[in-house]
Amino acid sequence: MDFGLSEEQTLLQDTIRRWVDGECTSTRIRTVMESPTGHDPDLWRGLAELGVTGLVVPAEHGGTGLELLDAALAAAALGWGCVPGPFLGSTMAAVALAASDHPDEQATWLPAIASGDALVTFALGEGLGQWDAAKLGATVTDRRITGEKPLVPYGDVADAIVVAARDEDGPGLWIVERGSAGITHTPLKVFDMTRRVSMATFDGTRAVKIASGRAAIDRARDAGLVLVAADAFGGAARCLDMTAKYSLTREQFGQPIGAFQGVKHQLADLACDLEPSRALWWYAAHAFDHLQDRSERHAAIAKAHMTDLYDRVTRYAIELHGGIGFTWEFDLHLWFRRALFDRAFLGEASWHRERAAALAGW
Amino acid sequence: MNLSYSAEYEQFRREVRAFLEQHWTAEDKAAVPPPDPGSVSAALGGSNRVDERATTFRLKAIERGYLYRHIPKRYGGGEQAPDALRATIISEEFRRHDAPFEIMNQGAAMLAPTLIEKGSEAQRQRFVRDTLLGKIVWCQGYSEPGAGSDLASLRTKAELDGDHWVVNGQKTWTSNAQEANWMFALVRTEPDAPKHDGITYMLIDMRSPGIEVRPLRQMTGEADFNEVFLENVRVPRDSIVGERGRGWQVSRSTLKHERALIGSPTFARRTFDGIVMMAQAIEIRGHRAIDDPVFRNRLVEIEGRLLAAEYNSLRLLTASARGEDPGLAALVPKLHSSTLAYDVARLAMDMMSDRGCLYPGEPNAPAMGLFGRAYMWYFGMAIGGGAPNIQRNVIGERGLGLPRDARR
Repeated sequence: MDFGLSEEQTLLQDTIRRWVDGECTSTRIRTVMESPTGHDPDLWRGLAELGVTGLVVPAEHGGTGLELLDAALAAAALGWGCVPGPFLGSTMAAVALAASDHPDEQATWLPAIASGDALVTFALGEGLGQWDAAKLGATVTDRRITGEKPLVPYGDVADAIVVAARDEDGPGLWIVERGSAGITHTPLKVFDMTRRVSMATFDGTRAVKIASGRAAIDRARDAGLVLVAADAFGGAARCLDMTAKYSLTREQFGQPIGAFQGVKHQLADLACDLEPSRALWWYAAHAFDHLQDRSERHAAIAKAHMTDLYDRVTRYAIELHGGIGFTWEFDLHLWFRRALFDRAFLGEASWHRERAAALAGW
Repeated sequence: MNLSYSAEYEQFRREVRAFLEQHWTAEDKAAVPPPDPGSVSAALGGSNRVDERATTFRLKAIERGYLYRHIPKRYGGGEQAPDALRATIISEEFRRHDAPFEIMNQGAAMLAPTLIEKGSEAQRQRFVRDTLLGKIVWCQGYSEPGAGSDLASLRTKAELDGDHWVVNGQKTWTSNAQEANWMFALVRTEPDAPKHDGITYMLIDMRSPGIEVRPLRQMTGEADFNEVFLENVRVPRDSIVGERGRGWQVSRSTLKHERALIGSPTFARRTFDGIVMMAQAIEIRGHRAIDDPVFRNRLVEIEGRLLAAEYNSLRLLTASARGEDPGLAALVPKLHSSTLAYDVARLAMDMMSDRGCLYPGEPNAPAMGLFGRAYMWYFGMAIGGGAPNIQRNVIGERGLGLPRDARR
């Protein structure tokens, strides 16, 4: 029994963090986020060279074949650095493809995902809060998909999209290639400029099936929930760190503001809730690969818990910075916006809590 | 990360179960009448029993290495290598079986580890074994009327007179002083030294002449804590732990163990499991409380915090086994768990709807009013061992590196 990271995991976490701290300066992030697509192929290539894009891709397909916990550690490091890009959708797609029993599609896409040559994303939600694999409206007949996916991460720049839909056998996953006939992408204006979303409509678009049954969809969704939780933790930890440092240098009334108990106690309360929550998403990520009877419920709880906390930490971080925290030039709002995305994407906290209640048999 | 119950652990669980079946029988359980359902003893179940049967059982369990695993055998402990999963299995199985467990009081949980760390060999031999078995009950003589959060300003003084210290002063908020055989206390021995350097950690026999215990009634209605007056109490010279004037450092060690005791999410988990059962059983306005969408959401919201606390404690056990410094993760549990326990009980009060106002023991009060008792009792958890704002200072200063504020 060991509830901690392995040496390799600590190294992975530190390596990505160092790379992020070096590459993702505020200027770089802002350049990417103000670009038309919000996607920086060089940055993505850099992450691929680090191995980040292939963490959950099996070794026989050119990845490192690691577990969701490793991907979640990467997500936390990217959240810490406010790194713009399609990591979330790409990893959900990789999880789905890695679990697929269609070797041809695996051989086509997985090595390209790992090397960074192909960007593949994931389309599940159908709008109005609908993320349930049992209630999909997108349908496939004769290998042609028709339907609407209003929130697809980086759908407009992706080389392929793994789409959740249903056919006469029920729910399943299909892969749709960029440029296929009948796809329309509408880029959307979103709060979080570091995770772009577009609307995709499919009208008889050619699609290749990669998995059958709702379990395949649920697994990819659960992976996404854990990755969002980890991103939220990383971002919240960074905002707390920035605010603690600021409170040491910012002086008012003749002393650093961190010496005032009003400030100190607010920061202590945030740390008190944030630090133990690290163990919650670690567990949820571990459960995904090792404790599958607990995996779905823990993913739901972790997503709800972490995104609530992320909102709270970013809110107090901005308030504690005062006027400067409210400016466009100061970076804190970038994390606040990320928290907005993490809270909304894949469904709101109270829905996941209701799911967790039902999964407990309550 | 490896949380799997491998075959080795499954085998261990079977061994623990077999041991419990054999050595803690239905007859043992029935030998002592059940405690008042609203009391703390009831909340702890059979785990805190200290009658002869319980002691005999505990000795066997220690011999098997199931209890007090962190205490060396020569001092009456189970002496086992740290293994969080084994410890978890033991705790789960003992609880399931309602068997006597490690005694949850200040002596066993706080003083015994302090003596192992800082006490003399004679003190360890004299006290640790009997304390672990509940034969010696301790109270803690720290707070004074003028020394609460600013504990180091304490004024109870001890002066050397031949082979004895002569102690004069007053301690307050002293839990269990009526039952205690001994007190571990902080007293001022060097009146001219700076305040933190003038304190000595002392073990005082509660039967000594000159000690008067006056019960204080808590907001819960019971009188578990007390004022203790010490007037010319003579204490043998060798009754100090650590060096003279170094008591503050020794007390930091005890406080660490106290925070670990209060920081454990065990109480919150028991209360949480209890309210889930209650929510499935009671009705409000024609439906079960558990079917109310708001309560369902609040339950899972709190469960998220509870799971974080539990997994954080597993993380701390692993860090300790690996010899790593867990940093912030070790500083926050007390504030985290005491806030959580309060919020769990508060949710229980809301779920009882209008019946939440009924006092424990009222026939119509759900779960015999146990949660109402817990709701008030958890203030003790929040305040004992340093009130919440003191915890926030510790987290802010030692955890986040913020400046100390003006304190002398």
